[in-house]
Amino acid sequence: MANQSGTKPSQPSPGAGSAPVQSRRTFLKAAGAGVAGVAGLVAALKPLLELESGQITLSDLLQKHYKELSQDDLDRIMARLAEKCENEYGVKPNMRDVSANDGVEFGYALSLTKCVGCRRCAHACLAENNQSRNDEEDINMSYIRVLQMKKGAINVETSDQYYEGEVPTDETFYMPVQCHQCRESPCTKACPVEATWQEPDGVVVVDYNWCIGCRYCMAACPYDARRFNWGKPKVPQDVVNPNQNYLSNRIRPSGVVEKCTFCLHRTREGRYPACLEVCPTGARVFGNLLDPESEINYILKNKRVYILKEDSGTLPRFYYFFG
Amino acid sequence: MSFQGGGGYYLLMGILAILSLVGLNAYAKQFVAGLESTGLTDQVSWGAYIANFTFLVGVAAAAVMLVIPAYVYKNKAMHEVVLFGELMAIAVIVMCLLFVTVDLGRPDRFLHLIPPFGKMNFPISMLSWDVIVLNGYLILNLHICGYLLYCKFRGKQPTKKFYVPVVFIAIIWAVSIHTVTAFLYVGLAGRPFWNHPIVAPRFLASAFAAGPALLIITFQFIRKMAHFTISNESILLLRKIITVAMLVNIFLLGCEVFTEFYSGTYHVVSAQYLFLGLHGHDKLVPWIWAAISMNAVAMILLVLPVSQKLGVLNIACLLLFVGIWIEKGMGLIIPGFVPTPLGQVVEYQPTLNETLICMGIWAFGALVYSWMLRMAIPILKGQLSASPGKA
Repeated sequence: MANQSGTKPSQPSPGAGSAPVQSRRTFLKAAGAGVAGVAGLVAALKPLLELESGQITLSDLLQKHYKELSQDDLDRIMARLAEKCENEYGVKPNMRDVSANDGVEFGYALSLTKCVGCRRCAHACLAENNQSRNDEEDINMSYIRVLQMKKGAINVETSDQYYEGEVPTDETFYMPVQCHQCRESPCTKACPVEATWQEPDGVVVVDYNWCIGCRYCMAACPYDARRFNWGKPKVPQDVVNPNQNYLSNRIRPSGVVEKCTFCLHRTREGRYPACLEVCPTGARVFGNLLDPESEINYILKNKRVYILKEDSGTLPRFYYFFG
Repeated sequence: MSFQGGGGYYLLMGILAILSLVGLNAYAKQFVAGLESTGLTDQVSWGAYIANFTFLVGVAAAAVMLVIPAYVYKNKAMHEVVLFGELMAIAVIVMCLLFVTVDLGRPDRFLHLIPPFGKMNFPISMLSWDVIVLNGYLILNLHICGYLLYCKFRGKQPTKKFYVPVVFIAIIWAVSIHTVTAFLYVGLAGRPFWNHPIVAPRFLASAFAAGPALLIITFQFIRKMAHFTISNESILLLRKIITVAMLVNIFLLGCEVFTEFYSGTYHVVSAQYLFLGLHGHDKLVPWIWAAISMNAVAMILLVLPVSQKLGVLNIACLLLFVGIWIEKGMGLIIPGFVPTPLGQVVEYQPTLNETLICMGIWAFGALVYSWMLRMAIPILKGQLSASPGKA
């Protein structure tokens, strides 16, 4: 084929030489097709007119990654977020950015013996963290999924998350599952843009203003701990938690991933996570793994501890125990 | 001029353009509403978009099955058609990139992926690798096709050092795009259905069957529509390649099915969902068995001498292409999410809007490919040239 270039046909090829006669018609055809094309394009893009103003702004597009923001940048962004929350959800939040404390690594343990499956933790999570919900009963976006499991083995295949009626029942026990804040976290490895990372105190956070919404982290998580905002979050005005934090419970934008942060806006200031505070059985133990005197360390040293999906090599900071 | 008669070409382009616009319209709706407009859930968080993406990466990589005979084994028949394979790789990579883009929750932030604007998590995230290898493959093929066509257009002999090294890089690169895409899934320890080493080799085997199958059909189409001489020899060589790839693919499927079902560990549940249904949920079951039947029939036809007849070969290619599209698409992605890591069974069904977006991207890919052929064929035939009079 390469040597064909030397053997051009001496006659003009069909089409190439007939230009002058057809040029007017060709031009009209091309112009007609062009007009039809542009009209079609405009018609196709018409739904974009329904974009809410402020849904995508230039300052959002130009915002840098959380770790590269100066304090001034961050203050400005938080002021903007607060204003947005007030405009769209009718509540003016107290927006902060609480940092990790030195010498702290959070750990969480949950007693499978004590838990009765009341799901108050799952509801408290929603009240604290401003997740989207369709109605009062809707806890799909809660960071805690409570599994009702058949006694005899710890096998998630026998579990039911949508159980109803009185709890506990004789045949079952309960296993609440939330983010395990893994030391070898598959989700942070997966993220292509470093929008999610482990903080110095071990909490895995998401920069909701940086996440591109690819959901690779959700595929990577062995604990089904991440939630996605498929649309704009629905949070009724009367249940918005106004105490909001940049890397945890502020109302998320549409199209980004969110997850449990061990309520870092509370726990970094010495309070307990909302799910622990509400637990009626005392099944939940939270504390500093680096403090040898902490209750969590007592549990890890003295109780029979179970690690969910230990074989996936995630080295969680969340433990189950018996007793 | 390339599609003689003209009318057929414009009709085809018109239809493809309309379908693309319908897809664009559906995407504009999704852009406003968010991914709520899809059938995806927190439980099954990837669906039709990623399934089509995964399959098409294979089709793009398959151009290498023309390139290797043409450049490594200096097969003359393949050399005449190799450019059509490389052009197809370009169109298909464009489709891949579109499928990933429409899957993003925040497409407005795509710059976050691209250094220096963004913060690419390289080399840790397999997705960052995928961004690099896919775009790299696109650039390599654009260079090869662009350079060769340009030389032909100017009536020059192409200078080997400007493209032959790139061709060889592209061969390795083609393997890498599919391997990296497989590793996206293989690397996830929390998803046992994907987390085993045979996935990547199977990806390659099925790709080297599905891609050339599409090329066989395309070549005949080009031959007929554009009166471009393509010898049967190249088509029959592709048939041999497909046959081997298909046999390897089916063998590896057998290995997979045996390991899952014979040992029957708890890993088997996703495969159970796919092949048999789980707790009464069986939306994928008819699809996967249809795919397996199509692949089986295609394989039998291919190994029989009767498929040297183009009519039979075309049937085999069509069956195989659709079969692998189901199996390497939805059949691979969805069971990875069912059941969830916490044992929950949630089924996925694409919405109409989602389906229209997929259709739009397929149409747009075909549009891009047809348009590139429209440019390339007259140049290759010597009808379109910078200096038609001389040389």
